Amino acid sequence: MNKIWLIIQREVLNRVQKKSFIIATILLPLIFPAIMAILVYVAIEQKKSATKNVIQYVDESGYFVPDTSKFIFKKFDGSIEDAKKDFQQNKSYGLLYVPTFELFAPKGLSLYTKVNPSPTEVGDLEGMLEGRIKELKMQKFNIDKKILDSLKTDISIQNVNLSESGAEKKSDSNVLFGVGMAGGIMMYMFIFIYGAQIMQGIIEEKTSKVVEVIVSSVKPFQLMMGKIIGLASVGLLQFLIWIILITTVSTLVLGLFGLEMPQQQMAEQMTQNTEFQQPGAVEFLNVMSQIPFGYIISVFLFFFLGGYLLYGALFAAVGSAVDSPAEAQQFMFPITIPLLISYFGLFTFTLQDPHGTVSVWLSIIPFTSPIAMMGRIGFGVPDWQLALSMVSLVAGFILTTWAAGRIYRVGILMHGTKINYRVLAKWFMLKG
Amino acid sequence: MEALTALNVTKRYTNHLALDQISLQIPEKTIFGLLGPNGAGKTTLIRIINQIINADSGEIRIFGEQLQEKHIGTIGYLPEERGLYKKLKVGEQLIYFAQLKGLSRKDAVEKSKAWMRKFEITDWWNKKVEDLSKGMAQKVQFISTVMHEPKLIILDEPFSGFDPVNAQLITEEILELKEKGCTIIFSTHRMETVEDLCDHIVMINKSKKVLEGSKKQVKDAYKTNTFSVEHKGSFTLTADRYELLQQKPLDDSFFQSTIQIKGTQTPNQLIRDLTELTEVHSFVEKIPTMSEIFIATVKGGSDE
Repeated sequence: MNKIWLIIQREVLNRVQKKSFIIATILLPLIFPAIMAILVYVAIEQKKSATKNVIQYVDESGYFVPDTSKFIFKKFDGSIEDAKKDFQQNKSYGLLYVPTFELFAPKGLSLYTKVNPSPTEVGDLEGMLEGRIKELKMQKFNIDKKILDSLKTDISIQNVNLSESGAEKKSDSNVLFGVGMAGGIMMYMFIFIYGAQIMQGIIEEKTSKVVEVIVSSVKPFQLMMGKIIGLASVGLLQFLIWIILITTVSTLVLGLFGLEMPQQQMAEQMTQNTEFQQPGAVEFLNVMSQIPFGYIISVFLFFFLGGYLLYGALFAAVGSAVDSPAEAQQFMFPITIPLLISYFGLFTFTLQDPHGTVSVWLSIIPFTSPIAMMGRIGFGVPDWQLALSMVSLVAGFILTTWAAGRIYRVGILMHGTKINYRVLAKWFMLKG
Repeated sequence: MEALTALNVTKRYTNHLALDQISLQIPEKTIFGLLGPNGAGKTTLIRIINQIINADSGEIRIFGEQLQEKHIGTIGYLPEERGLYKKLKVGEQLIYFAQLKGLSRKDAVEKSKAWMRKFEITDWWNKKVEDLSKGMAQKVQFISTVMHEPKLIILDEPFSGFDPVNAQLITEEILELKEKGCTIIFSTHRMETVEDLCDHIVMINKSKKVLEGSKKQVKDAYKTNTFSVEHKGSFTLTADRYELLQQKPLDDSFFQSTIQIKGTQTPNQLIRDLTELTEVHSFVEKIPTMSEIFIATVKGGSDE
């Protein structure tokens, strides 16, 4: 036990002292929002200062009424052939040709451009024309535009969770969707990145031949567990630092903009008990404050640890079997498949239908449960399902660790052997 | 007492027998040569002693006790395939290895500093291993093998990668460790090392023990009662008691002859007989070198 502790310590120190770790841990939560902010800023600025494109048009139908909010329109008097020739020489962005057309079957409208127009630009033009034709049709049917407008109704359903105790909780499935997606993707990335690091570490030990010295002092299983647990601690540490940094930074930023953290906002609203409610931002914060983040984070931590240990052991087994990362590719495939299934399942099942049969099973089977459960957790998971999922995850990682240990102890001492699944099976069966 | 006793140690891999009923005894405070061609099973035996793998059957005793986990600290192992953590600093590396062998951190720091002073490499303490030359790394590895003061040291090809100066340094270190009471197992192909250093040897060929004993015993066993004689003037020998294997002329009517005694005659008898035939200038018994014994044994084995 004492020696596993030494290995864990060494492993953590090795990783934490690396520059890449310090950069990723401290800068990522700062850089990421900064990049977002810069992008948003640039986008807004660009919109403000954007010059409108000039579009020439030839209108033979007489129906076209230019809408100058998106483009500058210049009418060209003359035939379309002349217009094309003229267009090739001038600096206009596009040439729109509106031939005479039947109101109920408009055909032959074209846009000539020198570069390919973006879908938004084409969409804008199409919308403009469609709106115009609609108006014309209404005139034909003698429908008043006011009547048509009054037929439109805007409804938004307020979703309220009614718990058994009768307490009401506002929720918003969009927000829950976002929370589920973020949790699932983060889980996927964490398992992948840290799993791959275990594998690399083991390949490194194997190729540098240091492993023979180490296993003359500790049992191969102790070495493997030490590495896996060591890296898990690094992962948790990184996660913890991120949470602290993000909370601090967002508090600062919100403070800067005169807002407060959702929890505080909520508390203040409760004490003031005002009926004033600005819709939008406050409503969103209100919903956010209803999400039990503490609960979600602790579930995340459990499933991260469990999922990581389960996959980490498999990555370790692969690392022990091969001599180079390139060789590892072929064995990575079967490990990646359940991860990919749960990742794509996240979007096709879990988030679309969090309480459906497939989603429930994905969140219980240990190989897919870490990611699937993160997708579901925000929507509320019955306790028995959560318990079953946790128990099977624990059982799952005990199983993979045991199996990986058997391959590992043989693999790390083998060099230059050609490895396939039969060889792995043979190693697995090998006694003591 | 025996530093190590192996009794009928057998290890079978899926397709072949790596060790077949190996028994051997390694006397305390000796330098013991574990010899054999590539693939004979030496590494397997060494790994079993280091508890890296387990034997299928048989028994290993270390200083009279059944081999068990607590003996990890008793043994120092320098594998043939050397390896250190490339990114780790020399000092940290030595401390880590010593701690894994069971030393406290404080002891590990003290010992590693002392050894680095002894090898005059204290300024390497904060260097990463990847920045060291091969020979430098070998020194660090040697320190990591012996710094926890093991009573049994296993060195697999210890001189590979060392220049003659450093090889000399390591040789002196090994002899000093023997003086201090350590038992050293040498696994090597370099027969001149065996000739110089080893007291006892065992030879393994094709998973079986083929030779065991002190260096003198082994050599005596391989002696062929052959003598090399330098003499003035040629002669011939009657064939029944002696056999003249070879006679080649040297300068000034001197000759060198190789003579084997066929019967029970003593060397003295041979000299007496020779003096009647020629003028003897030198008389030396031809003792087989370890290299000759090695080749003879391995070839003999493969003729089966």
